Amino acid sequence: MGIVVDSVTKKMGRETHINNVSLELETGTTNVVLGHTLAGKTSLLRLMAGLDRPTSGRVLVDGRDMTGVSVRKRNVAMVYQQFVNYPSLTVYKNIASPLKMSGMSKGEIDRKVRKTAAMLHIEDLFERLPSELSGGQQQRTAIARSLVKEADLLLLDEPLVNLDYKLREELRLELQDIFKQREAIVVYTTTEPAEALMLGGDIVVMDEGRILQTGPTPDVYHNPATLKVAQVFSDPPINYLNGTVQAGTAKLAKDIEIPLDGHLRSVPPGNYIFGVRSNHLSLSKVAKEDAEIRVKVELAEINGSETFIHVNHGDYRLVVQEDGIHSRRIGSEIPIYVNPCCFFVYDESGALVASPPHGSIQERVK
Amino acid sequence: MARIELNEIAHSYLRNPKGESDYAIKRIHNVWEDGGAYALLGPSGCGKTTLLNIISGLVTPSRGRVLYDGKDVTSLPPEKRNIAQVFQFPVLYDTLTVFDNLAFPLRNRGIEPSEVTKRVHEVADILDLTPFLKKKAAGLTADAKQKISLGRGLVRSDVAAILFDEPLTVIDPHLKWHLRRKLKEIHEQLKLTLIYVTHDQTEALTFADQVVVMLEGEIVQIGTPQDLYENPEHTFVGYFIGSPGMNFLTCTLEGNVAQVDGAKIVLDEKTAALGRKAQGKLELGIRPMYLEVSPVPVENGVPAKVKVLEDQGCHKIAVLMLADKTLQAMLPEGKPVPEEKAWLVFPPQWTRLFADGRLLK
Repeated sequence: MGIVVDSVTKKMGRETHINNVSLELETGTTNVVLGHTLAGKTSLLRLMAGLDRPTSGRVLVDGRDMTGVSVRKRNVAMVYQQFVNYPSLTVYKNIASPLKMSGMSKGEIDRKVRKTAAMLHIEDLFERLPSELSGGQQQRTAIARSLVKEADLLLLDEPLVNLDYKLREELRLELQDIFKQREAIVVYTTTEPAEALMLGGDIVVMDEGRILQTGPTPDVYHNPATLKVAQVFSDPPINYLNGTVQAGTAKLAKDIEIPLDGHLRSVPPGNYIFGVRSNHLSLSKVAKEDAEIRVKVELAEINGSETFIHVNHGDYRLVVQEDGIHSRRIGSEIPIYVNPCCFFVYDESGALVASPPHGSIQERVK
Repeated sequence: MARIELNEIAHSYLRNPKGESDYAIKRIHNVWEDGGAYALLGPSGCGKTTLLNIISGLVTPSRGRVLYDGKDVTSLPPEKRNIAQVFQFPVLYDTLTVFDNLAFPLRNRGIEPSEVTKRVHEVADILDLTPFLKKKAAGLTADAKQKISLGRGLVRSDVAAILFDEPLTVIDPHLKWHLRRKLKEIHEQLKLTLIYVTHDQTEALTFADQVVVMLEGEIVQIGTPQDLYENPEHTFVGYFIGSPGMNFLTCTLEGNVAQVDGAKIVLDEKTAALGRKAQGKLELGIRPMYLEVSPVPVENGVPAKVKVLEDQGCHKIAVLMLADKTLQAMLPEGKPVPEEKAWLVFPPQWTRLFADGRLLK
């Protein structure tokens, strides 16, 4: 089975939510839709599910035009950000509900409900009502309900966003296992690059209702075709410095000079935007070719295992990501370092000119 | 400004509490130093909001006393304690201008108009609200509104402490760091006692000099962000701080060697000595960042199976099986990655022992 989204546009009043999107997804694949809030991710899922009708374009399932066919007549399951369960039904009945209408025998339903609940570790909660569950347990129940009927198309719309980080860690790992066992098209939306990478599979990067780039998830991460993709696919958003290439060197932000070695050697003279991810900026000099950038500390944000140091270099705002806990005083002036081999180079229109060759980034022991 | 002392505090919401489990706060006895920036961190239901409400006076504790600079305020309501509070949702007068909102607490106390104007301008300046002073509060963004709530606390020069209850809940994730920075700045400039309740580790660790971690009505550790990361005093702190949290393995000891299902892990002299004296269930703990993973056999390497390799871009998380126990390790980018088998090295300086959940030290 496969689903084809063919030149679909969706308008709501004067706003365009989906702008001429085309996609082909196949059974047995996991597909991540990555984009900021309001990029059109939810709209795209709703069109695929048949919850909304496109303004123009077609949705084909197994080659058959299903545009406008109600969601009830399709074999689709969807999990939402909010925990959606039937409030008056027990966990068991919630999970069993999609099978009730299928005419399946009681024994068969029972077997499926128990198997699915066990996958999500909620088999001890069968008799509880949703209001007696924690947020994590409610979302596990909603996910179990979406898995139990073995839909051909499984859509998950930022399912973990309303859970706290410890529950997210647990569920992310479990979902990966579950998706692998599915014979379905899994489509999973997220705003978080780390979540996208972890789920792997293929990625669709969206912005303002359009698809910016598609491909195997790690490939797109390592070769974001435009500056916009690099921004969406980096958390914190990718740092950038304007630069000029001439006479064998690149001059960034007026006062940082780097030699044109490795992947930078082929960049012709001109004006560019140099992008570097936060984890490739460092508080200490790691390699002899590292360039120094003098900065002023704005804030050291500590998230438990990592520290994000927000700094300014003139008008440029940069974020340095370091493993572990690193306090820095607000307003202090410090050097930070970057290895030139980590730069993505974009032309003035934002198109990729050079990216670090995969595997060239040596271990940066910090 | 004030030094706040909690003296043998316990609290139950029930009229006739029986067992320990009836208490939202079991026993808390500590001091919040004048001018400190504290975060109260814990999962939902741990009692952190109850404790904040006891400090503010919204809740009178069942037992114990609250002292502000040595003065007993246990039975005083919040308005008599000279504290300012910032809640999850901005509390302000939508129909008034930003200026009038900020001036309100001062005018209420009969402060001279010239002094009111001076203070409001000072505070607006600190909070970058000056351009909005003549605007109605109603039309402003959530972060501006939350800054006004904070400003209403700051305008009073006599404020003893500012208490925050998850103040960034309604703020767009991309804007949170601006407000975090503002709070840090204010603390550095004004040296006020700040107490900040949150369930989010980033909020707590970024904001506070001292983080107070709570679990089930008790404080399990008070420490700097670095203390909590490097020396968690309780297995809960190890688990709760850091993503992924600390690894824990039940073990037994033989000399300096911890045995985990037949695998041998060498400990340092001091840790092992503490372990030999300890009573109760013994667990070995190590952070994923400090666990070394080799794709080939190495000295002191413990063989393990690789279950999952999670690529997070800046590093990989390896999920490893040591016998039937799961461990996670953080592999820096560019480091050789194991395929099916891996050899784990536990650096002794980062390998801790816990007895019945408590760090041995």
